Amino acid sequence: MYRLLLCLRYLRTRYIALACIISVMLGVATMIVVNSVMAGFASEMRDRLHNFLADIVVESRSLDGIRDSKSQMDVVEKAVGSFVEAMTPIVEVPGMITFTDPFSGEVFTSPVEILGIDPVGKAKVGPLYDYLDSYNPVIERGQIVRQALRSRDVPLSWELTDSAAARRHTIQELNALSLRRGAREQDFSPPTFDLPGGSAAETPDAAPSPQPDDSSGPVDSASETGAGEAGASDAGASDAGASDAGASDAGGAATGVIGSAETREATSETAIATDEDPFGDQFGSSPVEIQRGPLPARVYLAEGLVSFQTADPETKGLRKIMMVEPGDDIILTTVKASRPPDVVKFAATVVDSFRSGMNEYDTSIVLMNLEELQKNRGMIVAGQDAITSIHIRLKNYDDATEVVARLKAAFPPGMVHVRTWEEKQGLLLAAVEVETAILNVLLFLIIAVAGFGILAIFFMIVVEKTRDIGILKSLGASSGGVMSIFLSYGLALGFVGSSAGVLIGLLFVRYINEIEDGLSWLTGRKVFDEKIYYFFEIPTQVSPWMVFLVALGATSIAVLASVLPARRASRLHPVRALRYE
Amino acid sequence: MTETLRMTTPIIAAEAISKSYSKGAHKVPVLQGAGLRAMRGEFVSVIGQSGSGKSTLLHVMGLLDSPDVGEVLLQGERIDDLNQRARDQLRNQVFGFIFQFYHLLPELSLLENVMMPLMIRYSLREYWRRRKEIRDSAMDMIQQVGLSHRTLHRPSELSGGEMQRGAIARALVARPEILLADEPTGNLDSTTGCEIMELLTSLNQNSQLTIIMVTHDESIAGQAHRIVRLAEGRIQTVSQEDAA
Repeated sequence: MYRLLLCLRYLRTRYIALACIISVMLGVATMIVVNSVMAGFASEMRDRLHNFLADIVVESRSLDGIRDSKSQMDVVEKAVGSFVEAMTPIVEVPGMITFTDPFSGEVFTSPVEILGIDPVGKAKVGPLYDYLDSYNPVIERGQIVRQALRSRDVPLSWELTDSAAARRHTIQELNALSLRRGAREQDFSPPTFDLPGGSAAETPDAAPSPQPDDSSGPVDSASETGAGEAGASDAGASDAGASDAGASDAGGAATGVIGSAETREATSETAIATDEDPFGDQFGSSPVEIQRGPLPARVYLAEGLVSFQTADPETKGLRKIMMVEPGDDIILTTVKASRPPDVVKFAATVVDSFRSGMNEYDTSIVLMNLEELQKNRGMIVAGQDAITSIHIRLKNYDDATEVVARLKAAFPPGMVHVRTWEEKQGLLLAAVEVETAILNVLLFLIIAVAGFGILAIFFMIVVEKTRDIGILKSLGASSGGVMSIFLSYGLALGFVGSSAGVLIGLLFVRYINEIEDGLSWLTGRKVFDEKIYYFFEIPTQVSPWMVFLVALGATSIAVLASVLPARRASRLHPVRALRYE
Repeated sequence: MTETLRMTTPIIAAEAISKSYSKGAHKVPVLQGAGLRAMRGEFVSVIGQSGSGKSTLLHVMGLLDSPDVGEVLLQGERIDDLNQRARDQLRNQVFGFIFQFYHLLPELSLLENVMMPLMIRYSLREYWRRRKEIRDSAMDMIQQVGLSHRTLHRPSELSGGEMQRGAIARALVARPEILLADEPTGNLDSTTGCEIMELLTSLNQNSQLTIIMVTHDESIAGQAHRIVRLAEGRIQTVSQEDAA
């Protein structure tokens, strides 16, 4: 009984104990915060990686893909059909995107990963609806500034929304006007691309624009580039201009810039390119008209590819500016599935933009309609289409290992990679895990330091209480009893410190984004930059087990640190303790 | 027969106690064959110069220290070689200590200080069961020493005399048979010292409490039944001022 009384009384009257409590508290709080953030970070990242990739990815080893998607899917179905919830064929190929910034007139080209998908199928293996801009309301500072443009009842498609289609129509009319004027005045070369993809839907245009020089002549190609085909000089030029109008979205001026840039670059290769252009005949034979409808190639663009953040003069906050909007056209460059690969360029209409929350994806992915990508890459041969991967979603992810094993057996050896999403992103995930482990070790050292603080402070208290220990022994207290006073004192300190630490840590985690805002405001710099960390908010995930372990660890460190002083106290000789001044 | 045996066997006896402390390289003998016996209800004072070993003798008898040579007998039974646990129990139940510097625990109130020996004796559960009884006997003891108005005060808020009374209450709350007092008046002025001595004498007379008191003050020592003079670790003279 006396132990409890004295322990509690010492706790209340020794202010030095407060130092122990605070050090334990800080250690515990830091550990909880860091662990929660790291866990939140990891789980959020896993979610996003996972969602984008689907559970299991069967990938061809070659960019050319594997022949006949249908029979390959049948192989999967036969091997692991009972585990599979959904699967979808994918063509994945690196490429380049070219588009014009309507604000500066600059032409941007950046590397992308082009994913040919069937949106309905892809939505079954991952949450595509949640990513697409038009299916989600736009929320700024907690307020909906724009409702979702499409209801989720509308299945995913490659159709433009009405507003995008209207926008496209307006821009094209403006383009046509400036083109006609330009052609009449002959003061600038019609902007052109050799874009076979855009030409398929073209209809004849009667506008005459005489061009005396043959398109293949390198000298004249400055004014009339790759689109010009041999034997169709004037029509070819107009055609090229029209297809450019289709391909470029940003109004007449911007189109001009793309055109001329392309022109300069294209001078030497024109002749070869045009010769090999499989759609060349169409250019030659069909007179052109301004193309109004969207192109056959359609894309969902990753938002980060075509947007930038700028300071809003009104709100002082950051505002996202989209350089390409749905209804605009962009140009994609990639390689054909031929050996060796040839370059293929085509224009595509932007249908939507998406944001997965994974910065890596949001700055590099272009989702495109599968058949068009296959067509453009020449992957359809004799009615058989090639694909590069199959994304599979399982009914139960726990079966993943078995499914992978079965799939590996089902495909001819060496033909495909079969991996779970975790294996595919293994390096990234491992990096996060290692980071977490290292941080935990470091932070636990902090608590260990707190433990040494407790050790020192306890020795002090034992020295200070030497006489009391003598008194207690003279009153019949046993050594064990005296020891347990100090042990339970350590336990109490650890417990109180841990509890306070848990409380503070949890509060900190709960309000971490507010705290981050405050810190950003205080220091004038962004503490948590979403560009670096992939996330727009600091993700947190509190695991009760982790909190319990941290609190337990800290408490046991406090108890361990009190063992030595407690032993010393219990071994004090009562007479010497009583005489102690 | 039993009555005679009780009368003739000293309640506490220290036989030929030798004890030396090592100070640095050489040993300093403190007690060299000192012996002391006390009968039940006897009030013995041990007098001697500083360093004569009188406090050490008291500590050895009260099992706070163990002798190098010699034995301590409680009612004829040897107790100095008992195990630690038994010694702790004897200290708690048979001996009561009071010290020159009172040695109350500064964090606790007077009441809690007085209750301390009983708290030490009982486990938490038993304490809870007997808490009223324990509290009552502590209050009773505080009343006996005349400190009822001070029960909730901290030692630092008490005067020297009050602290020593509190210490006496604490020493006696567990109803010990022997009270060992180490210079109980050494730190008090003569008036207060006299009050303390009166209290001790009355306790000795009223409840047949055996008291062994160490002091260097002749006049204080003179109030005991018997004075034992200690010098250089040995008993020099025993003056028999026979029991009243």
